[in-house]
Amino acid sequence: MLDNEAPKSNVPEFSVGELAFSLKKTLEENYGRVRVRGELSRVSVAGSGHMYSGLKDDQAVIDLICWKGTMSKLSVKPEEGLEVICTGRISTYPARSNYQLIIESMELAGEGALLKMLEERKKKLAAEGLFDESRKQPLPFLPHTIGVITSPTGAVIRDILHRLQDRFPRHVLVWPALVQGKGAAEQITAAIDGFQNIHNHGQPKPDLLIIARGGGSLEDLMPFNEENVVRAIANSTIPIISAVGHETDTTLADFAADIRAPTPTGAAEMAVPVRMNLMAQVLDDEQRLVSAIGRMLNEYRHKLEAHAAKLGDPAALLENRTQRLDHVNERLSGVFREYLGRKNQSMIEAGAKLRHPKDRLMDAEKTLARWSEQLFATVPKMTKDLSAKLEHAGKMLEAYSFENVLKRGFAVIQDTSGTLITEAAQTTTNQSVRIRFKENNTVGAVIGDGSTASKSIKPPTKKKTPKPKDDDRQETLF
Amino acid sequence: MPQQQIETLSFEDALTQLEAIVRDLEQGGTPLEKSIEAYERGVALKKHCETKLSDAKAKIEKITINKDGALKTEPLDQE
Repeated sequence: MLDNEAPKSNVPEFSVGELAFSLKKTLEENYGRVRVRGELSRVSVAGSGHMYSGLKDDQAVIDLICWKGTMSKLSVKPEEGLEVICTGRISTYPARSNYQLIIESMELAGEGALLKMLEERKKKLAAEGLFDESRKQPLPFLPHTIGVITSPTGAVIRDILHRLQDRFPRHVLVWPALVQGKGAAEQITAAIDGFQNIHNHGQPKPDLLIIARGGGSLEDLMPFNEENVVRAIANSTIPIISAVGHETDTTLADFAADIRAPTPTGAAEMAVPVRMNLMAQVLDDEQRLVSAIGRMLNEYRHKLEAHAAKLGDPAALLENRTQRLDHVNERLSGVFREYLGRKNQSMIEAGAKLRHPKDRLMDAEKTLARWSEQLFATVPKMTKDLSAKLEHAGKMLEAYSFENVLKRGFAVIQDTSGTLITEAAQTTTNQSVRIRFKENNTVGAVIGDGSTASKSIKPPTKKKTPKPKDDDRQETLF
Repeated sequence: MPQQQIETLSFEDALTQLEAIVRDLEQGGTPLEKSIEAYERGVALKKHCETKLSDAKAKIEKITINKDGALKTEPLDQE
């Protein structure tokens, strides 16, 4: 056949369709199963449910297709920028003659990529507040029913049940769930949600949930990092203890749980207190209660007895009082008698001092007589003294009499009414006056004009100047 | 403290009240009548606590879901 075509060209001639399908066949035969590592880009899920994307590295890009049926089985949720290893086959789309990788499975390319993805998811969920302390619920002290979400077989559930049995046997509802691989996250989420309203199915609602899984690789623990699981835990109205992996493994579920236990056994220890300890505590409380009330009653009894003793025998109390009354009474009458005696004595004494009025009269008479005698004795002496004084006074009187002055040559001038004239100013010209000399001889006279006589009269006036003293005397003598 | 019905108390609350009563009585100074009242409540609380503690039967069940979505429980086989 080739030989026949040779003259025209030794290159065979295909129709477009033949070539396209030939290429498709070649590619599918040679690249029927490949593993390609790259970064997802331009991830988009069409309305049909198929995913179209690109896988790139720093040199090239290849188109990716993931059919809807495969999508649901992927262990990795395709995300922009995710470093993945895709397994699938290369095929072409003859209508456009471009080739693409049809994905059968997808895995994360190494731990670094996985951790990076987890870190970003953690940030996102934390920003939503799913890990906030304020969301954490306190664990009940003693739960009645404990819901456990884990694999129903294996060491984990056994460890939990054993430790619960040791500490405080409880009613445990185990919700079996896959804890790794495909579908695990969905089953765990369904179990958490299922427990929230299990009471609608005639089952007691647990007051505590434990979500547990043994240790494993990062990939094994991936379901506990899934967003739906984390959200279900955060939204649970029942407090949740997470016990996923070993203590060093931390999943996002641990952040969302109300408390994280290091191991499944640790979760059981957090879930219930130790019954024997509580028993001992209650018994101890009971003993303390009984001894406290006993002690208190004893105390009250002793107090009562002490007070009763202080009260004493009422009869004895009365006797004592009677005796005291008698004693006081006796003393009272004694005192009274004594008082009367004393009063009597002083009365007698006073009576003795009291004298008869007759005696007192006689005494008074005697005194009177004595005084009268003395009085009479003084009379003669008094009269004698008096006459002597009288005589002396008479002499004195005579000595000072104005008659005697007149005898010495002085005269007294009087006006007609007898008023004594002692000064010239008392006189007027032509006034009639009387001049009296010794032995009561009186002559009339008239005061003359002072013109000539004034000089001659003046001397006597001068002489008269010392007179006022005499006049004063005279006057007193009058 | 309002005297809640003892039967409705949780174990933890009952124990807390019991211990408070014990402490009060031990410290003394409570009037006699009140003490006796407190003692009687203490005894009742202790009984309640004991009841709660004696209710310690393990019952381990596994949840299964039927095809019709109905939920039921069956004893868990423990090897």
